[in-house]
Amino acid sequence: MKIGLYPGCSLNGGSREYKESVNAVAKAFDIELTDIPDWNCCGATAAHNLNHDLSLSLPIRILAIAEQNGLHEIVVPCAACYSRLTISQHEVNGDEELKNRIAGIVGLPYTGNVKILNVIQFIQDHILDKLSEKIKTPFAHKAACYYGCLLVRPHGILKFDRPEDPQTMDEVMKLIGADPIDWAFKTECCGAGMSVARTDVVGNLSGRIMEDAVDRGAEAIIVACPMCHSNLDMRRQDINKSLGKDIKTPVLYITQAIGLAVGISPKELGLQRHFVPVIFPVENVQNTIKVN
Amino acid sequence: MSSHSIYKEKSLAHSIEHDLQVSVAKCYQCGKCSAGCPVNSEMDYPPSVVIRMLQTEDPILEEKLLRSYSIWMCVTCEMCYGRCPMEIDIPKVMDHLRELSLQEKKVNPKAKHIVQFHKAFLDSVKYTGRLSELGLIADYKMRTFALTQDVALAPKMIARGKLHFIPERIKNKLSMKNIFKKTINKKEKPE
Repeated sequence: MKIGLYPGCSLNGGSREYKESVNAVAKAFDIELTDIPDWNCCGATAAHNLNHDLSLSLPIRILAIAEQNGLHEIVVPCAACYSRLTISQHEVNGDEELKNRIAGIVGLPYTGNVKILNVIQFIQDHILDKLSEKIKTPFAHKAACYYGCLLVRPHGILKFDRPEDPQTMDEVMKLIGADPIDWAFKTECCGAGMSVARTDVVGNLSGRIMEDAVDRGAEAIIVACPMCHSNLDMRRQDINKSLGKDIKTPVLYITQAIGLAVGISPKELGLQRHFVPVIFPVENVQNTIKVN
Repeated sequence: MSSHSIYKEKSLAHSIEHDLQVSVAKCYQCGKCSAGCPVNSEMDYPPSVVIRMLQTEDPILEEKLLRSYSIWMCVTCEMCYGRCPMEIDIPKVMDHLRELSLQEKKVNPKAKHIVQFHKAFLDSVKYTGRLSELGLIADYKMRTFALTQDVALAPKMIARGKLHFIPERIKNKLSMKNIFKKTINKKEKPE
């Protein structure tokens, strides 16, 4: 069966290593992923902050095109896109009048029967069974699984994992040989879309996340969202400045960790694109920088 | 629902009940939303106070909300909604207040950069169908004069193959134009 892939803008640009690793892992497990043809941006925070109808229409166009192309199941690796697509589908499908109005705005027929998977659900449904037998080099590190906001909330709509202390990523990481740690910031917000307009807020929020993970012995942070990744990786300088520390703990997409464990090369997984090098063991320097 | 509404006809609480099917009256001020909000320290009114202000249906307090910084500082992390014992969809209320604040030109001056960022983002989507990160940053800098911000990041992003110089465009650009014309560009007068 063909599975559709909605990469979204991040995976096509600044977070291309996420798409590279999703595709590399899918290939290793003989799964055929097809990009949804002529896909558009989901609208992200900007659309739902400024206009409700726009925030529904952009995701519904994507889902309508998936339907048109016979893609009954799509994987959406970006947690933010996953949230927008799922929330829009839920809202529109639950109100016939709204459904007709939004389909009219989009100008495409829409029935609303595409199954949307986040990256963990994709791994659970299509990879988990065959994962253990494919392990070549176990990912033998203490890992902090960082779920962020939009993978697990709002629970009433997403119905995925537990909204507090989720476990699904931890279970996958255990299977590839990692030791997932217990920690307090699994579902705290990294600052998300404030990365440009309020970088100080991101440094502060992401700093608290990094600090707790490192204090509890994490050697790697595992994520499933390009915004979490760019805030924890690309914004590391701002984080270290906010903490007055020099934390070098790398941040990996879950598909990169799986890829390494099943023997895919670091280059194919895009590890060279990170700002914080993926090197083990990690040597963190505490309290070397004076705050301001 | 609205025919037996407990709210005054013209209050924000009424339109929130009517348009969003969210009832702010359910809130009993436990404060869990404000306690869990990651940006509460940045807000002029934390989430539970926003809901309390709506409950009063006082036009003066409603005006303060539309002019508040809180509504723009909210990052829609959904923590408040996730923890609300009455399951009040606060992020949806925040979206509604933002939309009204923008339409009525009441955006808090401190939130100017945040709104310009969102507008720059949507402009890229309107014209190409996708977000061009380089285009977004250039547009945002022009709008806010934050010219020196993040210039050190750009060469590092280029070295890592993370910036496209030519924006990707979808084929059916007309569909984007139409979606924008029938939604956000319908209500908002051009500046």
